[in-house]
Amino acid sequence: MTTQARQRPVADGLFTWPSERPRLKAAECADCGMISFPADTHCVRCGGSDCREKLLADRGTLWTFTTQDFRPPSPPYDGSDTAQTFEPYTVGYVELPGGLRVEARLTEPDVNRLTIGQPMRMTLVPYSVDPDGTEVLTFAFGPEPEHEHGQHETREA
Amino acid sequence: MEAVVIGVGLHPFGRFPGKSAIDMGADAVRLALADAGVTWPQIQAGYVGSLEVANPDAIVGRLGLTGLPLRGVFNGCATAGVSLAAAARAIETGEHDLTIAIGFDKHPRGAFAADPSVAGIPSWYGQTGLFLTTHFFGMKINRYMHDHGISHETLARVAAKNFRNASGNDKAWRRTPLSVEEILASPVLNYPLRQYMYCGPDEGAAAIVLCRADQADRYAGKPVRIRGTGFSTRRLGAFEVQSPSVPGGESAPSPTVDASWAAYERAGIGPEDVDVAQLQDTDAGSEIIHMAENGFCKDGEQERLIAEGATEIGGALPVNTDGGLLGNGEPIGASGLRQVHELVRQLRGDAGARQVPGTPRVGYAHLYGAPGVSAVTILSL
Repeated sequence: MTTQARQRPVADGLFTWPSERPRLKAAECADCGMISFPADTHCVRCGGSDCREKLLADRGTLWTFTTQDFRPPSPPYDGSDTAQTFEPYTVGYVELPGGLRVEARLTEPDVNRLTIGQPMRMTLVPYSVDPDGTEVLTFAFGPEPEHEHGQHETREA
Repeated sequence: MEAVVIGVGLHPFGRFPGKSAIDMGADAVRLALADAGVTWPQIQAGYVGSLEVANPDAIVGRLGLTGLPLRGVFNGCATAGVSLAAAARAIETGEHDLTIAIGFDKHPRGAFAADPSVAGIPSWYGQTGLFLTTHFFGMKINRYMHDHGISHETLARVAAKNFRNASGNDKAWRRTPLSVEEILASPVLNYPLRQYMYCGPDEGAAAIVLCRADQADRYAGKPVRIRGTGFSTRRLGAFEVQSPSVPGGESAPSPTVDASWAAYERAGIGPEDVDVAQLQDTDAGSEIIHMAENGFCKDGEQERLIAEGATEIGGALPVNTDGGLLGNGEPIGASGLRQVHELVRQLRGDAGARQVPGTPRVGYAHLYGAPGVSAVTILSL
């Protein structure tokens, strides 16, 4: 790519953007302290309606993961790939400090390079491109660079 | 007053081009009525479940316009547990003497697709490729294998068993036996789950006729008692399907555990008393996890139990004797009634080539699905 692509977030209010160090936006219940992601207007623990924005940590550990080896049904999936150009991706739950586990796409597509418990860091990735060339960004977690080549689990038993 | 099953009917599960879901349902109802020795006008009330048919009560147009209250129910993959429990409750409360539970569906091919808004989740979750129930099953069993030492071979053994059981069931969909090696050689869909470790949505129907226990001798079918039912939605902190996040500082078991304990308590029966079980096997990993969540073993014991053949038809606890969801596919509204059909056949000693040896007296049926619901039914002679 020779020029800086235009970019937009997949949804407003999902993560800070534009941002040098993007963070996910959650909601913290003023009554009971429950942290909800994605942000909601009501607390799913106490039912309270006084929920305030809370930015989540951008580092955590991989709690579990899987692969997506076929193109998801579309809609609702709106990646600009086709069944022919689809590239398998991985998803996982990343446990953040405090214990909240967030589901996300992972930047490492090879399960042999993913290990439960490994440190992960959030980033933004373009998962689709609009007809006018604007990249559509979503959040993802990737292995912390110093751990990228850590211990490997075998794919087969 | 206790409710008993006096008639069961099952339309084969699979693909039936040109045949509507309602027509499959009517066939299943007629089989169940004939099994019970009753006619449609005798049925006083019923509950009917379907995902694809918006007005499943329209089946009265095929069966007879008697004016009976036929109420529609839907709770995803747990739908049939709800229709059966409601039909039983209508008898237990004394409201009716003779009721029916009906389920049918006719799903298009491939993974279920929907907008996340139907589950109360923002659109970005679907747009970015996260709204797939299959992800959850891959991620739950991946973590479970890590925590409890379950191997890839054990996943394949479960699938091989269910396809083998289906091969002896002329109403099953996938009746070709597959070896452990063939299953492990099939493509990964959602690591560690492979193509032949997943059930698929398909078509089919089932119906169950119930009556008051003290009137069972009026009818033809050998009565099987409904001892207990349980139904739960997910609690805060449970790791559940279609969850963009799981809160910290909270911990709860799967709704399967809650539904299971409710049913055991109501039945006065424990897992050690169960002779044959049908457990939701959306995928091979689910059956393994559900063995523990329903109280049949401790976490991790499945590795040894399955290697020893404990869940085979001749084993200590036969599981999914008719092939389960892997062998039959999943027409959502009917799937749990298929399980009850199989249990009734087993408890009557009428299951043919797949009959559990000895004299099974207690049967157990379990459903689980999106967005974290579970239904359990316990039957006995």
